[in-house]
Amino acid sequence: MSGLSIQGISMRFDLPDGGAVQALKDVSLDLKAGELMSVLGPSGCGKTTLLNIVAGFLAPTDGKMILNGHEIDGPDAERGMVFQQGALFEWMSVRENVGFGPSMKGMPKRDKAEIVDHLLDVVGLQDFKEKAVYELSGGMQQRVALARCLANDPDVILMDEPLGALDALTREKMQSLVLKLWKETGKTIILITHSVEEALLLGERLLVMAPRPGRIHKEYRLPFAEMGVDADLREVKKHPEFAQRREEILGMIWDMEEEIMGRTEAAT
Amino acid sequence: MIPFLIYVAIFVVAFFVVKAIAQRRAISDYGSLKTVTFGDESAVTPNRAASFISILTIFVLWGMFTGSSLLPGFLHAPGPFEGTGTFEYTAQAGDDRDTATVTVLVHPIDTRADAPEVDPGQGWAKNDSVAIGMWRSGLLRVDRNDELGRGEGAILIEINGEKVAPRDSVDVGWGTVTITDKGTPNIQPSKGWQMEPIWLPSPEAVVVRIGEIASDGFRGSTLWEHLGYSLFRVVVGFFFGALVGIPLGYAMGLSNWFRGWFDPIVEFMRPVPPLALIPLVIIWAGIGETGKIILLFLAALWIMAIAARSGVSGVKISKVHAAYSLGASKTQIMRYVIVPNSLPEIFTGARVAMGVCWGTVVAAELVAAEKGAGMMIMVASKFQNTDIVIMGIILIGIIGFSIDLLMRWAERLLVPWKGKG
Repeated sequence: MSGLSIQGISMRFDLPDGGAVQALKDVSLDLKAGELMSVLGPSGCGKTTLLNIVAGFLAPTDGKMILNGHEIDGPDAERGMVFQQGALFEWMSVRENVGFGPSMKGMPKRDKAEIVDHLLDVVGLQDFKEKAVYELSGGMQQRVALARCLANDPDVILMDEPLGALDALTREKMQSLVLKLWKETGKTIILITHSVEEALLLGERLLVMAPRPGRIHKEYRLPFAEMGVDADLREVKKHPEFAQRREEILGMIWDMEEEIMGRTEAAT
Repeated sequence: MIPFLIYVAIFVVAFFVVKAIAQRRAISDYGSLKTVTFGDESAVTPNRAASFISILTIFVLWGMFTGSSLLPGFLHAPGPFEGTGTFEYTAQAGDDRDTATVTVLVHPIDTRADAPEVDPGQGWAKNDSVAIGMWRSGLLRVDRNDELGRGEGAILIEINGEKVAPRDSVDVGWGTVTITDKGTPNIQPSKGWQMEPIWLPSPEAVVVRIGEIASDGFRGSTLWEHLGYSLFRVVVGFFFGALVGIPLGYAMGLSNWFRGWFDPIVEFMRPVPPLALIPLVIIWAGIGETGKIILLFLAALWIMAIAARSGVSGVKISKVHAAYSLGASKTQIMRYVIVPNSLPEIFTGARVAMGVCWGTVVAAELVAAEKGAGMMIMVASKFQNTDIVIMGIILIGIIGFSIDLLMRWAERLLVPWKGKG
């Protein structure tokens, strides 16, 4: 069986004052191999916790995850992760960063160089191969992070707001790049974002999560990712359904935020 | 006070002069076009002209007040009186008064001189003469060669025609003459504003002394041996301190047990100044090399342990997560993530530790040592060899500064990613 199956994940942790936080409650979902799913939700809905559990950095208090027929316990090269910022190794050049995964596996130098060269071509950083990563712009750094993740040929790519720190123009270019890489490599991708537009553009499936306890609120199946692979993303955004979905989801998240505020006010 | 005022005056005058010159050939780089500079830290850069004048001023002042031969004479502060001065005294025995002349030869203190021959003169009060070293003073029993002395009831009543009583002072032009309670003149030739070499030798005297000590040595060892021993102790002590401290810091950064076990020890030992350990180290290990190296080991150990610990704690968790999800093992994470990430902190720690070690070794040598820079200046001070003391301080400063420069250079070369994370 291929694909990722998340089965009844709950996450609850104790606080020093004796209370407890239910970060996630009974989250279940199945991802087929090659699916692109975006996750959206107000802050505190547990989306980053979910991603960290799938990555293996956190152990859930309940439930299990099956990837390609075996259970997930701990981080592994089969699940690559792209972080928002600052996860590149600044003591290594661009080439060494991208080749990090293959190096750790002890891949022969020539094979590694081939992979690195290919990926640097794909993300358009061939000319910056020997540069130090801190000499690159924010957008370039995230391209290095994408290439580094792909160099390891993971089954699933987890993205934790990978474009969150970029300016609007760079962000749009990077969104196209993510779609292109998704189509070319056929990887399963889970992408967390704060931006409703980004979630619509970069999700065949869009998961809206609700907070306290963190749970799945609603799921959409959307055509925009498929459309965006070949088309200009600005054209995709003009689609009438796009605007309609955006308003709907914005309203949904807005309501959740208001509910949180109301509850906090009632508590005080 | 006077040297300080001159210093302030040079500071102010140089400021306006340099400013005027700089304005004439103003450059318009980005920094100089800023209108808000007060409070903008990045707009404040050291003015190199000021640095140059500052150093020059120190040497010029030093030369001025020591009568340095490197400076033209007109720049010298007034020196002590040198040469022959005279004054007259009038003594009275009953109603009988007589006047005689005292000739004073003021000579450089490093030469011997005898009182000049003078003609005894007329009358019962005879002329006197005396030799006094520069910066010194001397009592002169002027009545000793008189026909009517103190025993015959003669008392001194006037100096240069001015009436005097015991404890009065008279300015005789080239110095002052003070009458003691017993009526003896105390001759104090004018000292001028220059420092006596025993307090502050001139720059060239220090340079000459460096040459002498460098070629002849001091207390059985050459200058290079003294400095070399100090450096050797620092390097060895620091090496062992780093050798133990860095792994200890890593262990404290990576394991709860190690952190818990060593935290109280490290946190307690860190604020103890290494100098406070000198007595204990001397009791336990004596004043030989072992004691010194143990002391410097202890000085470097805690600094290096804390630097390594904070280097490990400072690693961004996302980097570690990224490495794990790229398939790195624990050993690989250590080798490729934690160690390189902590290197900048370790270098900073090493710089601090080297500085502390250098200070500590000098202090330890001041207390007790057979060789070393600190021992050299301590022994020299006991013999009032101020030139050696100043030479030692300058060399210690130069070496300390060089160590720091070397560490900074190594840091730039080896950890160019510092602060770029």
